[in-house]
Amino acid sequence: MASVGKIARRTFLIGAAAIAGGVAVGYYYYRKPYPNPLEGDLAADEATFNPYVKIGADNTITIVAPRAEMGQGISTTLAAMVAEELDVGLDQIKVEHGPASYAYFNAAILEEGGPFAFFDESMTAEIVRAGMGVVGKFLALQGTGGSASTLDGFDKMRQAGATARQMLIAAAAQKLGIAAADLETANGSILHKALGKSLTYGAVAATAATMAPPAEIRLKDKADWKLLGKPQKRIDMLAKVTGAPIFGIDVTLPEMLYGTVKMSPRFWAKPVKADFSNAEKMPGVIKIVPIDTNYGHGFGIIAENTWAAFKAAEAIDAEWADPEYPLDSAGISEVLKQALGTKGSVMRDDGDVDTAFADAPRERIVKTDYAVPYLAHATMEPMNATARLKDGVLDIWCGNQAPTLVRQLCANAVGIEQDKVSVHTTFMGGGFGRRIEVDYALCAALMAKETAGRPIKVIWTREEDMRHDAYRPASVGKFQARLGNDGMPVAVDMTIASPSLIASTLRRLFPSIPPLGPDKSIADGAYDQPYTIPNYRVSGIAAPASIPVGFWRSVGCSINGFFHEGFMDEIATAGKVDPVELRKTLMAAYPAAVKVVEKVAAMAKWGEALPAGKAKGMAFTLSFGSWVGEIVQVADTPSGIRIEKVWIAADVGTALDPDIIEAQLISAAIYGLSAAMGQEITFADGMVEQSNFHDYDAMRIFQCPAFEVAILENFHKMGGVGEVGTPPAAPALANAIFALTGKRIRTLPLSKEVTFA
Amino acid sequence: MADRPFCLGLWTTTKGIPMRLTVDGQAFDVNADPEMPLLWALRDLMGKTGPKFGCGIAACGACTVHVDGQPVRSCSLPVGEVTGAVTTIEGIGTEARLHPVQQAWLEEQVAQCGYCQAGQIMSAVALLDEVADPTDADIDDAMGGNLCRCGTYPKIRAAIKRAVVLKTAGI
Repeated sequence: MASVGKIARRTFLIGAAAIAGGVAVGYYYYRKPYPNPLEGDLAADEATFNPYVKIGADNTITIVAPRAEMGQGISTTLAAMVAEELDVGLDQIKVEHGPASYAYFNAAILEEGGPFAFFDESMTAEIVRAGMGVVGKFLALQGTGGSASTLDGFDKMRQAGATARQMLIAAAAQKLGIAAADLETANGSILHKALGKSLTYGAVAATAATMAPPAEIRLKDKADWKLLGKPQKRIDMLAKVTGAPIFGIDVTLPEMLYGTVKMSPRFWAKPVKADFSNAEKMPGVIKIVPIDTNYGHGFGIIAENTWAAFKAAEAIDAEWADPEYPLDSAGISEVLKQALGTKGSVMRDDGDVDTAFADAPRERIVKTDYAVPYLAHATMEPMNATARLKDGVLDIWCGNQAPTLVRQLCANAVGIEQDKVSVHTTFMGGGFGRRIEVDYALCAALMAKETAGRPIKVIWTREEDMRHDAYRPASVGKFQARLGNDGMPVAVDMTIASPSLIASTLRRLFPSIPPLGPDKSIADGAYDQPYTIPNYRVSGIAAPASIPVGFWRSVGCSINGFFHEGFMDEIATAGKVDPVELRKTLMAAYPAAVKVVEKVAAMAKWGEALPAGKAKGMAFTLSFGSWVGEIVQVADTPSGIRIEKVWIAADVGTALDPDIIEAQLISAAIYGLSAAMGQEITFADGMVEQSNFHDYDAMRIFQCPAFEVAILENFHKMGGVGEVGTPPAAPALANAIFALTGKRIRTLPLSKEVTFA
Repeated sequence: MADRPFCLGLWTTTKGIPMRLTVDGQAFDVNADPEMPLLWALRDLMGKTGPKFGCGIAACGACTVHVDGQPVRSCSLPVGEVTGAVTTIEGIGTEARLHPVQQAWLEEQVAQCGYCQAGQIMSAVALLDEVADPTDADIDDAMGGNLCRCGTYPKIRAAIKRAVVLKTAGI
């Protein structure tokens, strides 16, 4: 058990103490289930079997899908997991998000949080993975993120359905006086075919819910799945084509007031002067109040309608203190470059890199620098929340990725106990990691203290949203490789410096927890890739720049996918090796990776000659447990470079809904291409310079390429799908532009160097 | 069309001028600052939350509605300048009786987060009212002002083409 001791001594950014505690003393608590949060809130004639299933006497079947729907289709897939085992069709059920409850913790979100590569199944990695799962429950995150929802739900949601089904059968057997073994289920009913008898689930639900859950349950074999593995109609589609009021911004309550915020444009800075006189005089303005949270300082405007609030926010005359970080992008870049020269955490160290480079002839060395900018999430729905504080009870309505965090931090902010807070999670008009934050909810909760019990809907302007994000960190890296006589790399040394998003997140959410240990997200996507190179070192350095940074679709992999795969393309060019062949050779130890590379190359007819003025580039990233290869084809046109086509091959282990997975892969690739083409957040005078879609745009329909997607299931573990299409998109595009123009672009966005049609 | 206007807006005391608008075939009397964008009058004063707020500067198209059949960005059109009948996503079809464009969106499973789709659909409806069988270039022109951060563009294009077929078939 030496490896256990080794792990316990290591420190991780999240919950180092809890890991040791979880493994050593916390096992009992881990095993002890949380109470069923549905029990307190049942309708008349409604019965609940576990936190995921409610059945009414009228056979209304409600499934709780406790992960936030931000477009990724998770409510449909989670419901299908329960429905599959419950033997009901998706058209027979209602799906709810459910309350904020620790019962809905997401273990998988943290399982991949340890400093081990996904494919490293050594005992050490397995133990940490189990330990991180335990931490997930202790932190009791009901989070949606890390592309972890299907993995987290796969067993427990199916078990919830199977358990309820067996309890229903047992109750029917009792009622009919027939042995349970002779009964079967279909479409929400229990049948005895020979006797021609049937009972709906609703008819026996009340009795069934009182029965002891079965000691053993057997889940269906994959071959017997009726719903899973097959494309389902999304349960949210009808509401989304009819403009139904399903988003946080659509919440409408009796007596509701409206509001907005004007927060310091310099992060963490307080106002040094504020004149409300013009703003307060404006028609429809009720009150202007200070807002102070761990996210920053500013003002809330309470008004009779949103427009009045927006106008008043503009009319506040405020001056803000100086920032604690460099005033402009050049200064911040300098901090990152300085950090690059310091010692970081070595995340991967195969062979002996120093020795391998010591005697390398100059012509065998490839040496380059890479950089990417800060990025905003820019969800289509600007940040907003509605709050009501009445009789000591706080209700919050908002789209969010972490309802238990919203509950806890809003309770603290208004000074009440958590059990006096109800979080009503709506659909989200985009998340991408932005709504893991809770700033929008905190602002609404604090403003609700000022409205004498009336609810208030607080909507941020796009400008506030763009300028008060938890940004994707900027990052810089230096890379060198030594090539062998065959052109293949024998040594690579990668050093990456970036502000720590874990430290930044802790400052906002849990400032009392010190950020200990390495932040592996700095090197995610570089240190954990399935390449075998004899001498392979990847180091990550936390740079001391305190612009708020957070989780942006695919997190560190959105940075290092570009660095690593751009650099691999440079190695291939320098060694005169085909980029596809280079990867197949270096990934030979990981058959799933090789098959992905072969598949995407075959789809794109890699190697076949293209007409003049067209070229292809490829990239591969393993992230969130899925192996993804992308090839981008670009064309030179009179109006600039046009992205013509993108081929994607992804091994997700088990594909639960092929249509939703394909949609997510395309979505994530477009998200990555949008950023690579033109997005950057820059700073001047301590403030974000961009403000809206005119200066922070994304791909438009006329720029959108054709897509061809292949979903593979070769690997024995299920991977995520919501983020994994993003990391290879930028490098595949940059590599294609190199193939087209001979110009190697190592700094994003690409629009600094080329024009896109 | 309703003869008797009614008022959903709770806050009609704001200094503003009384005005009557026809929205989705129904008359609304509101008191509003004439400079208030149509979007906020619809959402906050008339209870029409179908059109969405995305940018406030006519750069994303999430707020697209029709005024006398023409697509406009309601976030940037002062309510005082609205002279025609307004149609929102809530006025083109219902869950029970979808507009052919909505039906096509449903069949192609277009939406992901769905936030931009009310605007996308309203732009597509206006396009198909003007051009019965649009080319890809027509689609690019008509839909270029509608941003989608989920990247549903390939399905939007497919759904517009499906809507052409549905409309031709009289659905």
